[in-house]
Amino acid sequence: MDRVLRIVVAKPGLDGHDRGAKVVARALRDAGHEVIYTGLRRTPKQIVDAVRDEDARFLGLSSLSGAHGHLFPTICALLREEGLGDVVVFGGGIIPDDDHADLHAAGVRAIFGPGTPTGDINAFVLDAADREEAGVGAAGGWVWQGA
Amino acid sequence: MRGATPASLHAEAVAGSRRALARLLSDVEDGRASPMDFDTPGVAGRSLAITGPPGVGKSCLIDHMLRAWAGEGRRTALLAVDPSSSLSGGALLGDRIRLTSPDEPDLADRIYVRSIATRRATGSVPTVLGDLVRTLHLCGWEQVLIETVGAGQSEVRCAAVADRIVLIEGPARGDAVQAEKAGLLELADLVLVNKSDLDGASRHAAELRDALSLDAGRPPEVRLVSAKTKEGLEEALALLNDLPERPGSSRARARERLANAVERHLTGHDDYESMLADIASGRRSVEEVMEVLWRG
Repeated sequence: MDRVLRIVVAKPGLDGHDRGAKVVARALRDAGHEVIYTGLRRTPKQIVDAVRDEDARFLGLSSLSGAHGHLFPTICALLREEGLGDVVVFGGGIIPDDDHADLHAAGVRAIFGPGTPTGDINAFVLDAADREEAGVGAAGGWVWQGA
Repeated sequence: MRGATPASLHAEAVAGSRRALARLLSDVEDGRASPMDFDTPGVAGRSLAITGPPGVGKSCLIDHMLRAWAGEGRRTALLAVDPSSSLSGGALLGDRIRLTSPDEPDLADRIYVRSIATRRATGSVPTVLGDLVRTLHLCGWEQVLIETVGAGQSEVRCAAVADRIVLIEGPARGDAVQAEKAGLLELADLVLVNKSDLDGASRHAAELRDALSLDAGRPPEVRLVSAKTKEGLEEALALLNDLPERPGSSRARARERLANAVERHLTGHDDYESMLADIASGRRSVEEVMEVLWRG
């Protein structure tokens, strides 16, 4: 793999369980990417600042607390406000199926639940890296359809 | 903004755009831009390498430094260097986890943190690191910290990029002879033994002083600090403000920089890989390969 992408993996909100985020971070590292992990309990602003300062192309958000419906769209909006519309956002954790449509509409391009093979996440990242429509600021509502 | 010229990114970064600064640093890191593209003579800066073995508390001490200096109104950038995996080339960069100072709203404007992976190419990181430091200086970040894990040749060379080197040690790190072997001890302008609140810290400091006293010339100071209780912290930070260069250390740093340039020249050669194969298979001797790589 020649292509090295910079990816921020972050845990917004108050849940204190980051095994999933760490597994994803590790899988992306093993696929050859540079992964910046922010640690637990970050605010949307802290996460967006990290994405900006680290010049990340991707932001992976993990939430298990049920607050994803508030936090993920807030982060997407803040990214657009900061002029970071080309950043690709994906999510994971405990996200009920019924919530997917709203998150997709907010700009989250893929949602990975428990049991997702890490290969799927790697495939998503490679696919989305070349798509202008994958940025959180892009119109059209592109959503990853699987490998 | 991707695809913007280095000069325009530089102008935006000077005007205060963090996004432009971040992209400019990426361009420099990836070799798409060089500080020569926007260098302004007369812009000065200061760089300080913070290095030491894993687990001694480098990040926590750096957090205190960032908080203190940003609090005084000084813009301070941190380049946190972490190793890339030799298998995949990827890297997990976790230095931000322990930093809380960049989250403080009244300090955030004066603290910039950037994670740097050592990447695969031997010898390239310290060279790029020098360019990143210069880029930050040119964008108005007069003070730059470089955090490296103090183990291995590559890390010694990363530290050698900085104007001054601070070695962080911890208590009960084995006998001082082991420390003596470390190349970094020879380069350090100051040694801080962290975790002075724990048993064994003062003993380790004494051992280090002992080992250093055998050094010709003036050995660096060895100070006890605690990032946790803040004991000795204020004094240590005051020392860092005007840290004298240890006699002889500029020569040692120059040696590391030169060795790095030589290594980069060799590993960057188009025939480097095929020459390695030739040596391995016995087709050429090391001396013959040197002729090719050095002349060519």
